[in-house]
Amino acid sequence: MFYWLQKNLPKIVIAPSFAVILWFVYGFVLWTFYISLTKSKMLPRYEFWGINQHIRLWSNPRWFNAVENLIIFTVLFVIICLLIGIILSILLDQKIRAEGFLRTVYLYPMALSFIVTGTAWKWILNPTMGIEKLFTDWGFTNFTFDWLVNRDMSIYTIVIAAVWQSSGFVMALFLAGLRSIDDEIVKAAKIDGASLYSIYITIILPMMRPVFMSSIVILLHISIKSYDLVIALTAGGPGISSDMPAVFMTQMAFHRSQIGLASASAVMMFLTVLAIVVPYLYSELRRQDANS
Amino acid sequence: MEREMVKKLIASIASLAFAAGIIYNTVLAGGEAEVLHWWTSGGEAKALQVLKDDFAKKGGTWKDMPVAGGGGDAANVTLKSRIVAGDPPTASQIKGPTIQEYDEEGVVAPYHIHEVAKSENWDSLLSSQVANHMKCDGFTKYCAAPVNIHRIDWFWANKKVLDSHGLKMPTSWDEFNAAASKLKSAGIIPFAHGGQPWQDATVFEAVLLGIGGNEFYQKAIVELDMNALSGSTMVKVFDQMRKLQGFTDKGMPGRDWNVATAMVMNGKAAFQIMGDWAKGEFSNAGLKPGVDYYCLPTPSDHGYLYNVDSFIFYGMKGKSKIDGQKALASSIMGKNFQKIFNIYKGSIPARLDVPMDEFDMCAKGSASDLKYSAMTGGLLPSFAHGMALRNAQKGAIQDVITEHFNSNMSSKEAARRLADAVQASM
Amino acid sequence: MQTLEFQNIKKIERSATRKRIFFRWLLFLMLGLFALYYIAPLYVMIVTSLKTMEEIRQGNLMSLPGEIIFDSWKTAWSGRGGIDAGNVFLRPFFWNSLKMVVPAVAISTFFGAMNGYALTKWRFKGDNLLFLAFLFGCFIPYQAILLPMSRTLGILGISNSISGLVLVHTVYGLSFTTLFFRNYYISIPDEMIKAARIDGAGFFKIFFKVLLPISSPIIVVTVIWQFTNIWNDFLFGSSFSFGEAAPIQVALNNMVLTSTSVKEYNVDMAAAFIAGIPTLIVYVLAGKYFIRGLTAGSVKG
Repeated sequence: MFYWLQKNLPKIVIAPSFAVILWFVYGFVLWTFYISLTKSKMLPRYEFWGINQHIRLWSNPRWFNAVENLIIFTVLFVIICLLIGIILSILLDQKIRAEGFLRTVYLYPMALSFIVTGTAWKWILNPTMGIEKLFTDWGFTNFTFDWLVNRDMSIYTIVIAAVWQSSGFVMALFLAGLRSIDDEIVKAAKIDGASLYSIYITIILPMMRPVFMSSIVILLHISIKSYDLVIALTAGGPGISSDMPAVFMTQMAFHRSQIGLASASAVMMFLTVLAIVVPYLYSELRRQDANS
Repeated sequence: MEREMVKKLIASIASLAFAAGIIYNTVLAGGEAEVLHWWTSGGEAKALQVLKDDFAKKGGTWKDMPVAGGGGDAANVTLKSRIVAGDPPTASQIKGPTIQEYDEEGVVAPYHIHEVAKSENWDSLLSSQVANHMKCDGFTKYCAAPVNIHRIDWFWANKKVLDSHGLKMPTSWDEFNAAASKLKSAGIIPFAHGGQPWQDATVFEAVLLGIGGNEFYQKAIVELDMNALSGSTMVKVFDQMRKLQGFTDKGMPGRDWNVATAMVMNGKAAFQIMGDWAKGEFSNAGLKPGVDYYCLPTPSDHGYLYNVDSFIFYGMKGKSKIDGQKALASSIMGKNFQKIFNIYKGSIPARLDVPMDEFDMCAKGSASDLKYSAMTGGLLPSFAHGMALRNAQKGAIQDVITEHFNSNMSSKEAARRLADAVQASM
Repeated sequence: MQTLEFQNIKKIERSATRKRIFFRWLLFLMLGLFALYYIAPLYVMIVTSLKTMEEIRQGNLMSLPGEIIFDSWKTAWSGRGGIDAGNVFLRPFFWNSLKMVVPAVAISTFFGAMNGYALTKWRFKGDNLLFLAFLFGCFIPYQAILLPMSRTLGILGISNSISGLVLVHTVYGLSFTTLFFRNYYISIPDEMIKAARIDGAGFFKIFFKVLLPISSPIIVVTVIWQFTNIWNDFLFGSSFSFGEAAPIQVALNNMVLTSTSVKEYNVDMAAAFIAGIPTLIVYVLAGKYFIRGLTAGSVKG
């Protein structure tokens, strides 16, 4: 008995957390899936209605638009955050005097909620109040920067603000990665005559695979959940040009009395996560196992 | 003091750490009301304070539960999670057909406040139209209480700007278009607008009421007649929307309504279409109606688009809560409350017998127009503010309007999509 | 001959220094430009919070206030007193947030640490899958699970209470805290554990005596992450706690996002800044440890 207990203690310790996750994550996902098969409107109802909600979802032009936006957003957001994060971390790693200050500057956006930084961004990006006005006031009368109000570009303004909020965190992750690399490796490569650029590209960055993984997990979770950002900046507009799945789902569930339809869209979001993220994570985990 | 705080903190942390089983249970004397609302600042908050005070005088305990944002969007989320948890608030700020929608979900019965309404004879105090909005169970029993009537179809205009260009307030949409063109060539933004879906919809319904007429509004927007939605009159309405879009400025998308109002106030822009809460912005800046600015209805055949704010009362258990509901309902319908509340709020009383002497010119105009429109069939529910339709249909229509207004979609296409979207949302 | 070579070397050296100086400047220029991008919104917020409404209506977004007035800060924190009855201000809600954040952060961090430890140092069959199951929790859009959540809280009898909020934040924080601790502990050599085991130490003893003392960097990271997320949460806060018990973000939202009432942007911005002060302080003070903490576990992770 004692032996059994000791042997299984790790599992017993994880068990409560796992039970909680099982209920609050997987149970709720199943609940959502079931609700997507009902006619639920204003409040959840449990009579079965087949896959009608899913058919309605995929014949809704607004949904397609939201999905398309999510793809554009995610690709740009992840790539740009990684790029800026890597560049900033490498720059900061050059033994800068004001590093502490600059680091805080790059990192602080993560600390603020978007409820109001959204307003500041809205003003900055608004052509009649922000950057465009600033430049025209300075005499560059032909300067235009109207992405916020341009339906073809509005999704990119969301990328700008989202990158602002999250790239500092990626910077921190990579800076940490750079700091933990043995100096000797770099010195050895320098003696061999490698340029700084090629040292970073061929030696250092490949060593940071785990950092890439953490960053991608964090960035993907932000982009899939992005709601506050969109609401604060464009509220999905102009028109519905910057709509996103999380916004669509919230609207349908809580403001349009279409909980069934909203659940169908939520199921699609879960499936996307399953299809894209899980295989990637799993292969990463296995690789780490092989390495360690 | 300091130590007390620390002590409190430690105590609360300790209790929270083992919290799972603890239920907070407050026992209160007299009636108790937990009220979910989104009136959290300025005139709205002041107006609501009147109600809180009145309720307190009746011996009730008011538990404030404000959740602002998106004209009630955030409060909607809160409300639904409370109802699903099986613990709805005593009263919440819900209006229009959504009241009946909640009733159909079975969470409003057994209509505790109906008794109060019967004994106070609300039927005689309210116009039948307003009264109907407040009734559940097949429009037979009162389940909600109205606080005010907002008019939506207002033109707000800068008088100095109009005067200096020799213009009068337009009485038809053609006149408006002509005046706006003139202003535009003079370098003034003719139409101040904030491009948010609800604002687009606000303008749309005013235009529709003017161009289509009262009957058309009833058919298309209230009855959702497919022919009306996709027909040639609707195309004309969208044509006018396109013209209005040409009169806006570049900063329009996403702009808050009050920023647009400020543009009218400082003469950058000439006109705005907005409900009568816009008045608060003008009077805060010390401007006077008729002297500095105009508040006149948008051109229509004596149409009047109303928005009645109201509180719905859910099914409750426990005497104290039910008492609270009854006391609150009676407070809301109080004559004095309705007067003071609406002076702060910018609207007019829902009760018909409140004297209007202390109200301003715009409100007086609104009250007399209301009576006339009610007689001639022009008194119609605002769809943009959730008085005409259920949320699914309202949302579907709003999507099309805002898509059209913010793109170069043709009017015909818009009308066709309108009908399709409504069909799909059913 | 000699001198020529010497001159050549000097030339090369000089051009190298020039090059270095040039790159140094370029470096600072780039860092500065990025800094501008990051600072701009904060600058707008602070400048706006110090202006009068009149200045905001007329003026330029970037322009400095005519004179610095802290009135809006006062209004945001403690209201205007009697004149503005019914208006929301932040002071009463500050404690609510603390009461929620402290236990939620503590509990979720503790369990995250235990999970990370068990998953890495006491490997068992299927542990990777189990970890993956935890990770999936990171990606749940919270709006989707709000209704079953409130049902659950209703059944537990803790809907509409801070206890409920603590539970919710703990549950959805677990995925992240487990992730952080697992990645940290996996980089710690197993030899340490083995040695302790040979000495006869058990599961908990090893955790408390061996791992916990060297865990402070990752604890800092986790606490910062959790603190920020929970402090800034609006959705759960507005759904599961109300009125006087609401967390500060709900109050902030109520100040800022009023619907048809007059907007005071200076007060809004001041309020936003005040509501962000605790998290800002955490970032500024703990920023150094943050990087250090991440450093400790990052590359081998």
